[in-house]
Amino acid sequence: MYRKMESIAMLLAGGEGSRLGVLTKSRAKPAVPFGGKYRIIDFTLSNCINSGISTVGVLTQYQPLELNEYIGNGQPWDLDRLEGGVHVLPPYQRRRGADWYKGTANAIYQNISFIDRYNPDYVVILSGDHIYKMDYSKMIDFHKQNNADCTISVIDVSMEEASRFGIMNANDDGRVYQFEEKPKKPKSTKASMGVYTFTWKTLKHYLELDEETGNSQNDFGKDIIPAMLANGERMFAYPFEGYWKDVGTIDSLWEANMDLLKPDCAINLYDTSWKIYSRSPVVPPHFIGSNAKIANSIIAEGCTIEGEIYNSVLFHGVHIARGAVVRDSIIMPDATILEKAKVQKAVIAEDVEIGAEALIGFRADEINKQSFGITVIGDGVHIGRKSIVMEATMLDSDLPEVKAV
Amino acid sequence: MSGRAFGIIFSNMHDESVHELTSQRTMGSIPYGGRYRLIDFVLSNMYNSGITKVGVITKSNYQSLMDHLGSGKEWDLSRKREGLFILPPFGRAQSGIYKGRLDALIGIRSFIHRSTSDYVIMADCDTICNMNYSLPLESHIANKADVTVICKQRHCDTADTMGDVAYMSDKGGRVSELVMDPPQAGDYDIGLNMWIVNKSFLENILDDAQSRNYQSFERDILQQGCDKYRIFKWDFNGYAGHVNTIQQYFHTNMDLLDSDIREELFFKYGHIYTKVRDDVPAKYSDSATVSNSMIADGCTIEGEVENSVIFRGVSVGKGAKVSNSIVMQGTKIDRNVKLNYVIIDKDVFIKDNRILMGFDSYPLYITKGCVV
Repeated sequence: MYRKMESIAMLLAGGEGSRLGVLTKSRAKPAVPFGGKYRIIDFTLSNCINSGISTVGVLTQYQPLELNEYIGNGQPWDLDRLEGGVHVLPPYQRRRGADWYKGTANAIYQNISFIDRYNPDYVVILSGDHIYKMDYSKMIDFHKQNNADCTISVIDVSMEEASRFGIMNANDDGRVYQFEEKPKKPKSTKASMGVYTFTWKTLKHYLELDEETGNSQNDFGKDIIPAMLANGERMFAYPFEGYWKDVGTIDSLWEANMDLLKPDCAINLYDTSWKIYSRSPVVPPHFIGSNAKIANSIIAEGCTIEGEIYNSVLFHGVHIARGAVVRDSIIMPDATILEKAKVQKAVIAEDVEIGAEALIGFRADEINKQSFGITVIGDGVHIGRKSIVMEATMLDSDLPEVKAV
Repeated sequence: MSGRAFGIIFSNMHDESVHELTSQRTMGSIPYGGRYRLIDFVLSNMYNSGITKVGVITKSNYQSLMDHLGSGKEWDLSRKREGLFILPPFGRAQSGIYKGRLDALIGIRSFIHRSTSDYVIMADCDTICNMNYSLPLESHIANKADVTVICKQRHCDTADTMGDVAYMSDKGGRVSELVMDPPQAGDYDIGLNMWIVNKSFLENILDDAQSRNYQSFERDILQQGCDKYRIFKWDFNGYAGHVNTIQQYFHTNMDLLDSDIREELFFKYGHIYTKVRDDVPAKYSDSATVSNSMIADGCTIEGEVENSVIFRGVSVGKGAKVSNSIVMQGTKIDRNVKLNYVIIDKDVFIKDNRILMGFDSYPLYITKGCVV
């Protein structure tokens, strides 16, 4: 017998995140490092616990090893509980056969029995690839006040951006009458954040219905929401205000990291009442050498900095040797940048070694171009001495040392 | 070494030697190295040596220590079998709180008795090192010793020997004499306040101590018993910082700016674990200038920092200059403040334009929580 939970959260963390290229080659998107010490999923998990939701199912499918290891028993997020807590839910085999998660809705469908154990009134559906701080309990209150079947959190975007999102068209009282996925001519600027609150009884009914529909893609946005709207269920748009960023692409991941460096940063990570928790590495504070220069950067513990760092985010255990210069870049855990190497506008993944005097993000056409592409170096890649990697390159294999002849 | 030995840590010994820092905390909970407390080193060393049962003896002001240790999970000592035991003072009807080390051990007799291991590693918190206790334990067993004293050779001037115990020994390492506060300058094997003791031997001397009212483990047992007992020394060759005075405390912190010492202290036989605080990584603004410093998570640096150790959550304002200083957790340094050779305890607020200056051999100490 399980104790009844009023609300539980289901976190969709199974997507491949193919647009992040080499960064998601061996890990799921939610496990991608972010902001110097976090992983993307930390934001959603911390939001859950800070909102008072202590039962969280994490649905994994693509490359789950690193994510599973990271979540562990949930202790860093206070989600190691006697009742509830965090549960990693991969697809599994049943008597009738085995299926991968066919879509977001199907992933929840396959875990109906998990949800039913807690007999919740409301289920919050989340995705593990957004950077934001949100109090879900306020959304649930809004859901209750409206006596809603489904509440979708929306954020105001500009008219130009609106056609990249799922757009909610709602009446003045917030009731949604139409949902358009990436509309060419958007009627409103209320973009869905992929954060839903459902009344569990209703959602369960629609999940079962959807499963019987032959040609369904088993997706929330494409199937469940339209079906509920067509039947006139009470659906509301919950307006969210604050920082929210989808970090599904290299560009947006880089931008979101750079946002943290702005003096008037819209996401306040220093707020002790809404901490973002993460699994902390066991390393000493970082050390800044005598010849180091640092400006406008974030540096995590365990780093040793002897070179120059400008407008960059450094994760734990990074070594920057003397004379090396890092600009506008993200350097992930345990990467090493050797003497006089130059790194500009790049994402350097874990355990990468950049050889001495190498140049990452080389710009052939420096004068005529206004902006430059982001260079990405994949996990564990070794860049040889004096090698040159062009801007906007995505590199997944070692580069040999360049020898002068 | 799992199961062969268990640990006893004395969190309060030598509190009086750094009374500034211990007025509101134990020796074990003195902040050190940007994010640690002194007890982290001995506790992590024990864990890294495979010891899974550790008792921490407390005496007074141990609230901050208990807060820091919690269930012991950060050191992987939150266990069903064995794990971390916090042993508050055990006052008996007539005696009150314990006076000396032996008294304290008598108070935890049942804890010692119940342990199934044959050896006990006893340690104070005033030595900062990265040590694998398996090595002295092997030596202890090979020597068939009753007690093995962990020592480090050090030069002593007569001026700064307060509290030092020199162990004289023969070629085989058997201790023949103990000298408290060596009166003549010279090189001595100074005890690091860590001992390996046979459990049965310890229980016997505790019986003895109780009936004869012995207080000091060193004076009454070791010094008197050099002939009677098999006391051996074991030489530790690594870095050992000793927090004996506030000047020593200052210098052991500054030692961390040496990369070899950092490498040894934080990585040699395993990591040093501590309580997780979930801080944001340190943030440097455009106006920051930092050199030769150690800086922890949660700091915001807008001014200048050199040759300093900055703890978690410290902010250094624009135009401020912090040199040769130790700034503990949560302290706020406003604009244009100048600090040189200052030790600032936790949660201090230094207002605009203040200038505070100590000296290399006499750093200025600012008390916890005050406003300057």
